[in-house]
Amino acid sequence: MANPIQEAIAKRAAQELEQGQIVNLGIGIPTLVANYVEHNHVYLHTENGMLGVEDVTEEEIDPNIVNAGKFTVGEAIGASYFDSAASFAMIRGGHIDVAILGVLQVDEQARIANWAVPGKNIIGVGGAMDLLVGARKVIVTTTHTSKDGKSKILKECNYPITSTRNVDTVITDLAVFKYIDGQLHLVELMPGADLETVEANTEATFVNSLK
Amino acid sequence: MKIYNSSEEALDCVHTGQTIMVGGFGLVGGPLTLIDTLVELDVKDLTIISNNLGEQGKGLGKLLEQNKVKKAIGSYFTGNRDVGDAFQRGEIEIELLPQGTLSESIRAGGAGIAGYYTKTSFGTDLSKGKETKVFNGEEYVLEEALKADIAIIRAYKADTLGNLIYYKTARNFNPLMATAAKTVIVEVDEIVEAGELKSDEIATPHLFVDRIILAKKILTKEGVIEHG
Repeated sequence: MANPIQEAIAKRAAQELEQGQIVNLGIGIPTLVANYVEHNHVYLHTENGMLGVEDVTEEEIDPNIVNAGKFTVGEAIGASYFDSAASFAMIRGGHIDVAILGVLQVDEQARIANWAVPGKNIIGVGGAMDLLVGARKVIVTTTHTSKDGKSKILKECNYPITSTRNVDTVITDLAVFKYIDGQLHLVELMPGADLETVEANTEATFVNSLK
Repeated sequence: MKIYNSSEEALDCVHTGQTIMVGGFGLVGGPLTLIDTLVELDVKDLTIISNNLGEQGKGLGKLLEQNKVKKAIGSYFTGNRDVGDAFQRGEIEIELLPQGTLSESIRAGGAGIAGYYTKTSFGTDLSKGKETKVFNGEEYVLEEALKADIAIIRAYKADTLGNLIYYKTARNFNPLMATAAKTVIVEVDEIVEAGELKSDEIATPHLFVDRIILAKKILTKEGVIEHG
């Protein structure tokens, strides 16, 4: 289950959301963002075909209401269901305000890699490429380093990229970066993190825009 | 449209070498009864168009285990390690598509559209070898429609004419696949008399549907159970 580091990242990502937005949450840390969104604050879209996702209690579980991670979810008031083509028309057509996605790597052009690992037998892409071309704003959440301590914020992704699009915001357990005018800007340190730790764990070049 | 008493009879039109679309997002909305019969059929060299290919040794995963799949077209085979292994050994061909491209290609296939341009996958490994074109200063990738010989799908209720309605997120790829195959075989939880479904709630009009059976396997909170 989720650990405190993931929860902190999810909580920070939730603060980026504004009243009334249509939001798509990816698998992993992004799914946890739902726990920090106030009731009726945003409308959650899931690409398997539902707008109006909310939490579900054990008694109310319906096995035929699931999110893109195949976890059972609840139905908010005013929720709707649609087929996969309509769901991706919403995504590609620019009708989703914010997508929050997990990543394997981010580079200094704010391009991400999150669908394939060279040499590994995992064959899947799901809706990630569609969300990147279609969502008006893309926020990515990730631990700053991999389990073996390597930076995930790189000069250039060495895993296959998911899109040529630059994401807007990168939130890690150490810092928040925004991509502004072609450069990654460090805009915030996460609670307990300091600049030296961020610099030591970030391979990408970034502008220090801490206030 | 004809109502069949068994999935074996309903699938008697499936032959070696065919292309088969299979609805569902994992188990949700999957034609579980038809899949279980399909994997028992003495056919091979199938091309399967489905978001996933079941799990290891389960559902469509059984087809792969028995070497009956020539090619798989889908978006997320991550849940079944056998797919990657079979691909590495050169036993199957894989066409990996972004999920929105998979669904739009099926929609196009059913709608008489040969191909279309999408921004999705431009500049990535998945668009390698595909034609691209600039519209209004933005790059798009040409994708071709998908069609099939057979579609096996799940709906919630059918009426005796073959009109279909779906349930919650069990809808997913099912109504799209209903339009894109020569023979469309549907399993449903319930068959009602024509006129009992509200006409403005019918999601798939009967002209798309060829064969219907009552589901013998349904997804419950406790997992997949035998029914009826």
